[in-house]
Amino acid sequence: MATPSIIVSEIPLVLYTLRRADDALILGHRLSEWCGHAPALEEDMALSNIALDLIGQARELYAYAAEIEGNDLTEDSLAYLRDVRQYRNLLLVERPNGDFAHTMVRQLFYSAFADRYWRAMMGSTDATLAAIAAKSEKESAYHLRHSSEWIIRLGDGTAESHARAQAAVTDLWSFTGEMFTADASERGLIEAAIAVDPAMLLPEWLATVSQVVRQATLALPENDWMQQGGRDGRHSEHLGHLLSELQYMQRSYPGASW
Amino acid sequence: MVAVASSDAELRQRAWDAAAAVTDPEIPVLTIADLGVLRAVELIGDRVEVAITPTYSGCPAMSMIALEIELALARAGFGETKVRTVLSPAWTTDWMSEEGRRKLKAYGIAPPLASTSRRALFGVQQVQCPQCGSEDTELLSEFGSTSCKALWRCKACREPFDYFKCH
Repeated sequence: MATPSIIVSEIPLVLYTLRRADDALILGHRLSEWCGHAPALEEDMALSNIALDLIGQARELYAYAAEIEGNDLTEDSLAYLRDVRQYRNLLLVERPNGDFAHTMVRQLFYSAFADRYWRAMMGSTDATLAAIAAKSEKESAYHLRHSSEWIIRLGDGTAESHARAQAAVTDLWSFTGEMFTADASERGLIEAAIAVDPAMLLPEWLATVSQVVRQATLALPENDWMQQGGRDGRHSEHLGHLLSELQYMQRSYPGASW
Repeated sequence: MVAVASSDAELRQRAWDAAAAVTDPEIPVLTIADLGVLRAVELIGDRVEVAITPTYSGCPAMSMIALEIELALARAGFGETKVRTVLSPAWTTDWMSEEGRRKLKAYGIAPPLASTSRRALFGVQQVQCPQCGSEDTELLSEFGSTSCKALWRCKACREPFDYFKCH
């Protein structure tokens, strides 16, 4: 018997918390796909460690969203029982891993954003969000350093690694704009100093990313047309496939635990 | 087992001591008190409430630690125990006791350095080898066998070793 999916309300604080949680869970799941497949053992451990940090951040955020929403929701039901349209993550984090350069460029783009985002969220008037941000900020600093160093090694490496890193930067660039957007629901929270205004983070993010890319002898694309939709639940075909794996156990064996 | 005549302060101390002796499942030489993970122990009627703080958001040792605390208090004769997780203030390696740092080093893990810049690329940290004491060491991987450790190698004695990351 199929498990019924849950639909969460559009309470702004729930939606806001879910967006952050979904980013962390989906990127964490993507990185976990590298477990046992990374180019070196140290890197296998690094990617799994980063995945663990992200899934940990997602758990704290889901637990908070469940608490606000009520209705017997839990962190698990939010992760395992929402259909694809109910997921509100950035399109960037659901991009397939591709080659190692793609994974690292995606990680650089997201970490450079998350690192600033959590630092700004530490000043939230919502005590729980501020506390989650203070923990996450310490972790994202490592993630940013790790991906920055890899982009520099790959870009300023061999002709092959340079070409792959440049292809990844070019491919993923149009997925970065969505990080800096906020809709009306989020705008209210920004005015109440609960949420962070992502547009304020763009200049610093661009400075960090440009510096790493320049040092890596790579170039950012000129085009500024940006993809959008993830924050409203309009996803690429990749997220459904990801969720079918992530949710398989709870969908097939409802309530299974160990 | 709990003596009727014990004062509240004595009982609380006994509960604290029982919880404080719980060790980290990944680094068994360290107690949760050494790590700074144990934040508070309170007696509410005959219930014990213990507050712990996670080291890293996704650290899988936390649920094991919570279970061990419940067991330790049950063994010490206390009734119902509730373990709650507090996120704020965020855990930092600055809370690790001197005793904890000494035990880590004796166990072969380099203790965390005083705060260094977490954002400098290709960082210039100097970590001392816990085996031979040399400072001629190099970073192998920023991420080690657990969330809290990085993997290093000593160029003097050639031994690889874990470094407890500054956090």
